[in-house]
Amino acid sequence: MARKIYETPMLDELENGPWPSFISGFKRLRDEHPDERINTMVSGLLGQLEHSYETRKGYWKGGTVSVFGYGGGIIPRFSEVASAFPESKEFHTIRVQPPAGNHYTTAMLNQLADSWEKYGSGLVTFHGQTGNIMFIGADTANTQDFFDEINEYGWDLGGAGPCVRTAMSCIGGARCEQSCCNEHGIQRHLVNEFVDDVHRPALPYKFKFKVSGCPNDCQNSIERSDFAVIGTWRDNMKIDQNEVKAFIAKKGRNYVLDNVTSRCPTKCIKLNDDDTLTVDNHECVRCMHCLNVMNKALSPGDDKGVTILIGGKRTLKIGDLMGTVVVPFKKLETAEDYESLVELAGDIIDFFAENALEHERTGEMIERIGLVNFLEGIGVDVDPNMISSPRQCSYVRMDGWDEEAEKWFARKAEQAAG
Amino acid sequence: MALADMRSPIESGCPDGFQYMHPTMRRNFGLWKYHEQPRGGVMCHVAHSGDKIWTVKAGTQRILDLFTLRKLTEIGDKYGEGHIHFTLRSNIEFFVTEEKKVQPLIDALEGAGFIVGGTANSVAMISHTQGWLHCDIPGTDASGVVKSMMDELIEDFKNCNMPNRVHITTSCCQINCGGQGDIAINVQHTKPPKINHDLVGNVCERPTVVARCPVAAIRPAMVNGKPSLEVDEKKCICCGACFPPCPPMQINHPEHSKLAIWVGGNHSNARSKPTFQRLVAAGVPNNPPRWPEATAIVKQILKAYKEGAKDWERINDWIERIGWPRFFEVTGLPFTKYHIDNWRGSRNSLNASTHIRF
Repeated sequence: MARKIYETPMLDELENGPWPSFISGFKRLRDEHPDERINTMVSGLLGQLEHSYETRKGYWKGGTVSVFGYGGGIIPRFSEVASAFPESKEFHTIRVQPPAGNHYTTAMLNQLADSWEKYGSGLVTFHGQTGNIMFIGADTANTQDFFDEINEYGWDLGGAGPCVRTAMSCIGGARCEQSCCNEHGIQRHLVNEFVDDVHRPALPYKFKFKVSGCPNDCQNSIERSDFAVIGTWRDNMKIDQNEVKAFIAKKGRNYVLDNVTSRCPTKCIKLNDDDTLTVDNHECVRCMHCLNVMNKALSPGDDKGVTILIGGKRTLKIGDLMGTVVVPFKKLETAEDYESLVELAGDIIDFFAENALEHERTGEMIERIGLVNFLEGIGVDVDPNMISSPRQCSYVRMDGWDEEAEKWFARKAEQAAG
Repeated sequence: MALADMRSPIESGCPDGFQYMHPTMRRNFGLWKYHEQPRGGVMCHVAHSGDKIWTVKAGTQRILDLFTLRKLTEIGDKYGEGHIHFTLRSNIEFFVTEEKKVQPLIDALEGAGFIVGGTANSVAMISHTQGWLHCDIPGTDASGVVKSMMDELIEDFKNCNMPNRVHITTSCCQINCGGQGDIAINVQHTKPPKINHDLVGNVCERPTVVARCPVAAIRPAMVNGKPSLEVDEKKCICCGACFPPCPPMQINHPEHSKLAIWVGGNHSNARSKPTFQRLVAAGVPNNPPRWPEATAIVKQILKAYKEGAKDWERINDWIERIGWPRFFEVTGLPFTKYHIDNWRGSRNSLNASTHIRF
């Protein structure tokens, strides 16, 4: 069959300019790849994409495709304009979970490329917004064969649909001085406990774990995950006064006043006359700003752990929500610490599965039922770190006050007793 | 194939990253002391052990064809040390443990057409979604918008000359898979869905669609003797939430699906608490193949930010200091009734004080 080449005058415009062009890449596959399956499929894809550019509309519809034994992990795509562009009529994406921290060897990337070349279109993205490797463009039959091949050497599908989704963590301890936890270990402990919930979508809606090693939250866990784990510390930050002096010698005192001390949100850092810094650690909220600016002189403390925030998500359906604090501080050192973290996640997912409405995220469920009902459901005590301010409106029934106050004093006494 | 011949999956889940990690990073995991930024796109991390590792970061087209992927791994083998990391924004990072290997690696990447940069106070790679290439509900293309925009912002990607880092995102519908950003360019539909009543009854689970609407504007109805759905167009906010569960409720339109621009989303806890992005511009034409109008507004905002912000201020910090009236003044963007929020919690966004700058 002679391969059809579609005219692409609009897409050709995207070959101009200095940034690498995805269209040039598509054309290389079309024009230079020896395998007819790949070069015809990408030719059809270019034709359909040009059609989208001309008419300003998308032409893919979903469907039900998965691999044997799983209910999700594939994003099925069937073309609505297959009669015009038959070469790419089935063009599914296979979502594959990346290694924790997104590390690869060149050898492994080449091995994945070899497998994909045997079954797919030759297009791949590292990574999609949920965090998966996206192998873009396989027909239904090849989807199973490609998965079977890579599954044999250590790769598994990610989540798609109403399920526990592929998790993500920042580069963390692998290459960052601000890391306050074992990001990769936390990610794998959490998501691999729920492989069944990843592969067989049965929750009200999606549920995402994301892990950041410090409050800079490079992973964007607070806005993009239902269960955000963010590293922090509770003892004093470390100050290398010699490095402080070296910084001032290089940048000047005014730079420190303008860019470090005056930017502190709680004004707890002070520049002394002898060019040293003093921090009132009790007032410090671990925002990270001064550590970011003076990363050689200032470092996180030694008593490290994590803060856990629940319920972050984007607009649909009630508007954007940040994750909010449910566990202000948790040590993560021993096997028991990790077990209790996974148990908490299990309790939250169970409560979500039983109580959320269809297509309702965890954060929306909490908004609907109130944080206190959620906390009671998962067995977590209230804590003033969970709020930015107490109740403002007096319209509430409070005849259980004495009992609740008693609980607070009992908990305080228990903590004091150690 | 008979069921008995089907292979059962190995449910291995998320692979261990340590097996692929550069040995210097593995050896010093959790034991890094500080880092320096010798130039745009390059970082040098120093461990307590004294070990050093240089990272060279490059931007790519994100949707990689196999030729490009193999070119990158070839560079990683020849000029890097065989280990690769992908960032959250789909940049590729190579690692070397000797300073003298940095420049040849940069030269090899730039020689092959990749763009070295994206570190520190640069405009980072735009994080984006699938769009017309692969999504089932897109209002626009993602890769094309990003390619066009990065062509214009390339010097700000290579060089670190912004007050602080700038994260830009794009999204092809209001679900906003691209996420919050210092600047976000998102599709915003402006007309209610066009319903194909012949198909609704067979294709859509009607109670699900009714429940999906954020403003309860959809109700079941019989149209032409067939079970369908109708939309109260006075209530409809044109969000498109009904379209994914019910494709016959087409929300995308070649003219009426526009782009809106939002600023000030910041997930970091540094200085202030994390913030959501806010609407600044809308009605921007969805204009393939190069979307010049959207890029022009982004550049206008970046210019004002670069001129007006102090060192280390992210866009949200800068606007917090100068106030929103001044933001509209210095960017020249019009302030309209659509900027005043009326969604739940909106009173918190009103100025309940006499704090006014003159």
